[in-house]
Amino acid sequence: MADPMRIRANMTGDKVEVKVLMSHEMETGLRKDASGNAIPAHFIRNVTVTHGGKTVLSAQWGTSVSRNPFLHFRFKGGRPGEKVTISWLDNKGEKRTDEAVIAGG
Amino acid sequence: MWPKTILALALCSTWVAGCATRTSDSEADRAVAEMMKASFKTRGQASVDRLKQDEVQALCSKHAGELPKDASDAIEKAQQATLRYPGSGKLMGDWRQGERIAQSGAGKQFTDDPTRPAGGSCYNCHQISKQELSFGTIGPSLYQFGKLRGSSEAIQKYTYGKIYNSEAFSACSNMPRFGHNGVLTEEQITHLVALLLDPESPVNK
Amino acid sequence: MRMHRVLAGVMTAMLPCFAPAQQDTQKEIERYRQLLQDGNPAELYEARGEELWKTKRGPKNASLEQCDLGLGPGVVKGAYVRLPRHFTDTDRVQDLESRLVTCMVTLQGFTPEEARRNPFSGTGTPMITTNPYSGVGQRSVMTDLVAWIASESRGMKVAPPMSHPKERLAYQAGEKLFYYRAGPYDFGCVTCHGEEGKRIRLQNLPKMTNAKDAQRAFGTWPGYRVSEGELRSMQWRMWECIRQMRFPELEFASDASIALIAYLARKAEGGTLDAPSLKR
Repeated sequence: MADPMRIRANMTGDKVEVKVLMSHEMETGLRKDASGNAIPAHFIRNVTVTHGGKTVLSAQWGTSVSRNPFLHFRFKGGRPGEKVTISWLDNKGEKRTDEAVIAGG
Repeated sequence: MWPKTILALALCSTWVAGCATRTSDSEADRAVAEMMKASFKTRGQASVDRLKQDEVQALCSKHAGELPKDASDAIEKAQQATLRYPGSGKLMGDWRQGERIAQSGAGKQFTDDPTRPAGGSCYNCHQISKQELSFGTIGPSLYQFGKLRGSSEAIQKYTYGKIYNSEAFSACSNMPRFGHNGVLTEEQITHLVALLLDPESPVNK
Repeated sequence: MRMHRVLAGVMTAMLPCFAPAQQDTQKEIERYRQLLQDGNPAELYEARGEELWKTKRGPKNASLEQCDLGLGPGVVKGAYVRLPRHFTDTDRVQDLESRLVTCMVTLQGFTPEEARRNPFSGTGTPMITTNPYSGVGQRSVMTDLVAWIASESRGMKVAPPMSHPKERLAYQAGEKLFYYRAGPYDFGCVTCHGEEGKRIRLQNLPKMTNAKDAQRAFGTWPGYRVSEGELRSMQWRMWECIRQMRFPELEFASDASIALIAYLARKAEGGTLDAPSLKR
């Protein structure tokens, strides 16, 4: 079970500014261990952010995103007290969903 | 009369202070000796034998760079005697190989493969070619090294010797004694000489 | 900022024709590092560390909440900046990690070997490796704890005590180790850290006997190293330096490692702890 995401969601002007720190090894599959064997690829494929039932951000990632990805974005239409939900799904089928409450600006 | 008393008192107090420093100094020496035994372990090619200092390392450690002139002269003289040149007399090799050796920071670490040749780690400390911007400043810039000095036999010999044993020219130098300590081979050093002196080398363009 | 002054010093020492290109490179690297400051993955380690402090573990099924880090049992706030220090119960000078080993043994019932196992973190598929420091392996309880405990001293002044004779001895021994040149490269810590305004490749080197340099350097450990994707501590930094000096392996939480850290902490006295930081 992966670590919880650390999410901060704040109002900046009329937009919601979201910063997410995800805990994921983002292994490319190209690195080799001490014995010379390739370490299996293990990375986040999809990120979905929803608010009020609507998708506000959708991302398709690959091996170029580094370990413990930090995502920073803004979207319109959210208000303090409302929830933002963030989900990721990786190439092994593992997933994680966390949510945060939007703080006042 | 008074000055003599003051002088005597001053000498006494420095002697006493010196005693106190010496006592704790030798205590620290003992502590360090203990740590050398208990805090380090052999791993891969890095044996605990490496902690045994040779005369030069011990002297340079003790004086931390503030070596009296007669001591530094003595070191340079003794290190000069260690210089060994290729039997063939050919001191300049291939600058292209020299650049590769200069770029490589591998060698002698317990994480390095002991069957593979070491690099010279030269760019870690020196600017060398114009093109390579990722260079260190622990040592002086070597850009235009050959252009400024020419590549006479004497310069080749000096350059080879400096890489082989830098302390033959500068006691307690920060630069590893690559040849004397068995880090780089004769052939590798000739390639580095070429990198620095060959008029075709990017160093001299 | 100190960094820019150091860089300026380096620039003026270089051939004029290279100055513009180098300045751009250095500036861009600095800008990149500034941009990275947000979203420090160290937070993930801190969160785990805080949990682990309270988690019952080991044969005695006890937490570390009674662990004395120098300010009394269970007092974590401000403890990191007052280490290394002498401890009466062990009659030794100890840094954070060696003290955690003591607590894991005495409070939780682990053996010293178990407490010292896997001290440096590696993520990825848990696998048996003879090289637990390589970045491939298992999570490190020790690293998580260090991250959190250091964060509880964030913003405080580095102030290792120096009143006990053993604290003075540790400092002196650390100083001798700092100047100790050995091995096939004739390296000592002083080789890279003995002069002002130098760098190795493009990595600026603090002169450890210069207070401002030492404060800035010491104050940013532990730190999350982006290049490794791992959080690294002072114990790791000593281990890694010693490896690169072509010395044999420095044992984790050994007396030599503690003496070196005691020396460096003292050199950094008065500096502000800005850790866990984000590093290249």
